[in-house]
Amino acid sequence: MKIENRDALANVCQKAQEDISSYKCRILVCAGTGCIASGSQKIYDKMQELCHDMEEVSVEFQKEVPHLGVVKTGCQGICELGPLMRIEPAHYQYVKVQPEDCVEIFEKTVLKGEPVERLFYHRDEEVFEKPEEIPFIAGQTRIVLENCGKIDAESLEEYIAAGGFSALTKALFDMTPDEVTEEVDKSGLRGRGGGGFPAGRKWKQVSRQAEKVRYVVCNGDEGDPGAFMDGSVMEGDPYKLLEGMVIAGYAVASHEGYIYVRAEYPLSVARLKHAIGEMEKAGLLGDNILGSGFSFHMHINRGAGAFVCGEGSALTASIEGNRGMPRVKPPRTVEKGLWEKPTVLNNVETFANVPGIIMKGADWFRTIGTEGSPGTKTFSITGVIQNTGLIEVPMGTTLREIIYDIGGGIKGGGLSRRCRSADRPADV
Amino acid sequence: MGTMTIDGRKVEFTNEKNVLSVIRKAGINLPTLCYHSEVSTFGACRLCTVEDDRGRTFASCSEEPRDGMVIYTNTGRIKKYRRLIVELLLAAHCRDCTTCVKNGECVLQGLAARMNISTVRFENTRELRPLDTSSPALVRDPNKCILCGDCVRACEEIQGVGALGFAFRGTDAMVMPAFNKPIAETDCVNCGQCRVYCPTGAISIKTNMDEVWDALADPDTRVVAQVAPAVRVAVGDAFGLPAGRSVMGKIVTMLHRLGFDEVYDTTFSADLTIMEETKEFLERVGQGKNLPLLTSCCPAWVKFVHDQYPEFIPNISTCRSPQEMFSAVIKEHFKGYEKNQGKKTVVVSIMPCTAKKMEILRPDSVNNGERNTDVVLTTTELIRMIRTSGIDFAELPPESSDMPFGLGSGGGVIFGVTGGVTEAVLRRLVDKHDKESLDAIAQCGVRGEEGIKEFTVDYKGIPINVCVVSGLANARTVMERVKNGEANYQIIEVMACRQGCIMGGGQPVKPGARTKEERTRGLYNADSVMVIKKADENPTIAALYEGLLKGKEHELLHNTIPW
Repeated sequence: MKIENRDALANVCQKAQEDISSYKCRILVCAGTGCIASGSQKIYDKMQELCHDMEEVSVEFQKEVPHLGVVKTGCQGICELGPLMRIEPAHYQYVKVQPEDCVEIFEKTVLKGEPVERLFYHRDEEVFEKPEEIPFIAGQTRIVLENCGKIDAESLEEYIAAGGFSALTKALFDMTPDEVTEEVDKSGLRGRGGGGFPAGRKWKQVSRQAEKVRYVVCNGDEGDPGAFMDGSVMEGDPYKLLEGMVIAGYAVASHEGYIYVRAEYPLSVARLKHAIGEMEKAGLLGDNILGSGFSFHMHINRGAGAFVCGEGSALTASIEGNRGMPRVKPPRTVEKGLWEKPTVLNNVETFANVPGIIMKGADWFRTIGTEGSPGTKTFSITGVIQNTGLIEVPMGTTLREIIYDIGGGIKGGGLSRRCRSADRPADV
Repeated sequence: MGTMTIDGRKVEFTNEKNVLSVIRKAGINLPTLCYHSEVSTFGACRLCTVEDDRGRTFASCSEEPRDGMVIYTNTGRIKKYRRLIVELLLAAHCRDCTTCVKNGECVLQGLAARMNISTVRFENTRELRPLDTSSPALVRDPNKCILCGDCVRACEEIQGVGALGFAFRGTDAMVMPAFNKPIAETDCVNCGQCRVYCPTGAISIKTNMDEVWDALADPDTRVVAQVAPAVRVAVGDAFGLPAGRSVMGKIVTMLHRLGFDEVYDTTFSADLTIMEETKEFLERVGQGKNLPLLTSCCPAWVKFVHDQYPEFIPNISTCRSPQEMFSAVIKEHFKGYEKNQGKKTVVVSIMPCTAKKMEILRPDSVNNGERNTDVVLTTTELIRMIRTSGIDFAELPPESSDMPFGLGSGGGVIFGVTGGVTEAVLRRLVDKHDKESLDAIAQCGVRGEEGIKEFTVDYKGIPINVCVVSGLANARTVMERVKNGEANYQIIEVMACRQGCIMGGGQPVKPGARTKEERTRGLYNADSVMVIKKADENPTIAALYEGLLKGKEHELLHNTIPW
């Protein structure tokens, strides 16, 4: 399917939305790292088998491809309660699903639309049917993770149906590259990799360079122990990351992008490869995107397990095929980065914020988070805490809120006495 | 442009590329292990760390000077850090200083003394690794490596070879050839620049001093020495004489005292090379064949062509290097029974070069089934032998080299500096020998320290495009241009080491640019005071062609087998 222009994309979007709303039932099985570890693949296979065997079900799905009925999503967040399953359009959130539950889910929910109550999230006698009622989710603001767990991470159509690529079309057809950069700058978006350098300023610095060959590089070498935020985005919503990168490419007049994914994320690599292939087929990547005249090509590089390659200059050295060692700066990456050319090097989460900013505007983005650092931040919660998982909260949320309100508190005790800044707002 | 305050004093700076240079210009010798102005800044050793007025510490080698900076180089904190860095380096270092090849010349050893380190608190947990002795020229001792990466950058950036690199991570990190292959099996050209840059004994010259001592002690052996031009300007300063001064006369006396039977000057065979190479060049120009001619004096360069540009092997001059020409002539000279007097002749060539140790092992460095050069000693080894002997070098009276091979021309002397071979060939090509025409040659663009020099000279109405190169990375640039048809030269002179043999891999190491200026001046001065400037005016050369060489020019002076 080749999407020739903006109108064609709108048609695809409408069609995909109709398709999705025509399903009687969609079973979304979490395929995040946590849930796969707790056995979600078995659940997925079992549900596939059940839906496949029953002739009338596939008819009810109105689809020749039963795959569309049972869907592997990215991380749905509440890893502690995995394997997770979400049923649409009934909008039930099942937790801790076991293979032996599948037949019951199939018979009750899929065929009759009735809930299996014992699989809902329970706390203190209280039952939570809908995902957003669960305190863990209720306390969050999801921008980057907006689609994670809601759509089939591999389906381009579902991403388009969820409003995907409307930011790209807006940038390509309604804005100049400078306007795009200006919008990102105005939004106050800071680099989510940890350094917190304003993304818009970085893009401006690259745009200013005399050298016309430029690169856009995404740092997906998430290496901090216990962190899986970037991995979840790459697995759960790869198209959003890619859309952000293409927009960045348009903004700084670059035609080549690289994603450096850490070695331990094979699923991210697979999902991204698949997504790039789909986008190329659809004309959303490659030469003359959507007939706009702008071309952008994407490459994936895999790390080899070196933590240091998350550092910018080591990362670009690694892409070049050299030993991943940081080099002395200056020159900085914006002046001489990949292949000695000006390079926009941002983190996965930073790029994933871009489509939202372009679509809804810098002013909207500034309403979230703090004055100095607008927007949200994703966190992985691991360790001795009640609810481990993946969350996204506005900047400025205190550590106490994250640990107690969302995380449900620490198992068997209070905050470490050493952690004295629990009430300090989170910031980048 | 601007002013900064260093330790309370105002210091002006202009175009210094980093704070370290400004600090050193201000007369403060900050220690460094990984900084060399000739290669890229690495920022690994952290010894040049300084503190600013806000208490921020940073490596001064990697910081651009800014107007108004306030720098402290010797605060208590900085001194503590610096000492700790050296202590940590020592902890992971083989500390057999007394038996180390670098004893007395080691930068790390010097720093330990400077920091007054008397104990090392940390245990050395590094596993003992075997030495790599595969190369005929160099020895690699991983146990003494401090991972400063100087050799890696020298090999990559100056020589364009890249035979060494980092491997493994963290505390397992090591410098080694790819896949830890023995050096002899890599593209290493044996130029020895890694050893010049190495601050410790991790890479050193493979020494052959014991073989020479043995030969000298054997009454049935005639030990004959030849001394290369660049050696004479690199020995004096080790014995308190001014750096760069030519001390050939003292070297001859010294070698005689050490027991050498005959001491000859390689300048003589440099003249032979000029004669042969000029002849070959004119033939090739006449036939328009195998041009550009690539000079063959430098064995590291010849190996580089064989490894990297094999399609240009026919372009290499078939002339043997001056060392090999000379050894062949010496062996021929002492061949007959009469001259032999029942003695075995051992030719020791004293060279500024490590690659010469490899050259003598070439299958073509052989005549009459015998290797022509028996041992190569580098200048560094010569200095050590002199020290061992205990003879006061500085006080020795000079002697002239022995005849019949002791006389060379000024053209032969300047072989030791980049452009020297070409200048000598140009002198040969010009019929006139008055001062004016010699000066004109010297000023045609052949002299100067640039790594790539190009100029055109006129030979009997034919314009000849000349390229003079030093440093193999520069040679790679030139060869790529030639390969792609972007440059049209008739002759390319290449010396693998920057500035030529005076900065060779076998020369004693004195970091800093002034050494090369002094040595260059020393050689040009030696040329200036010589009566005979041109190879073809050397009467002993003419006599040799009439005598010993008659009918044997090709056999003794040329290579037949490509490597």
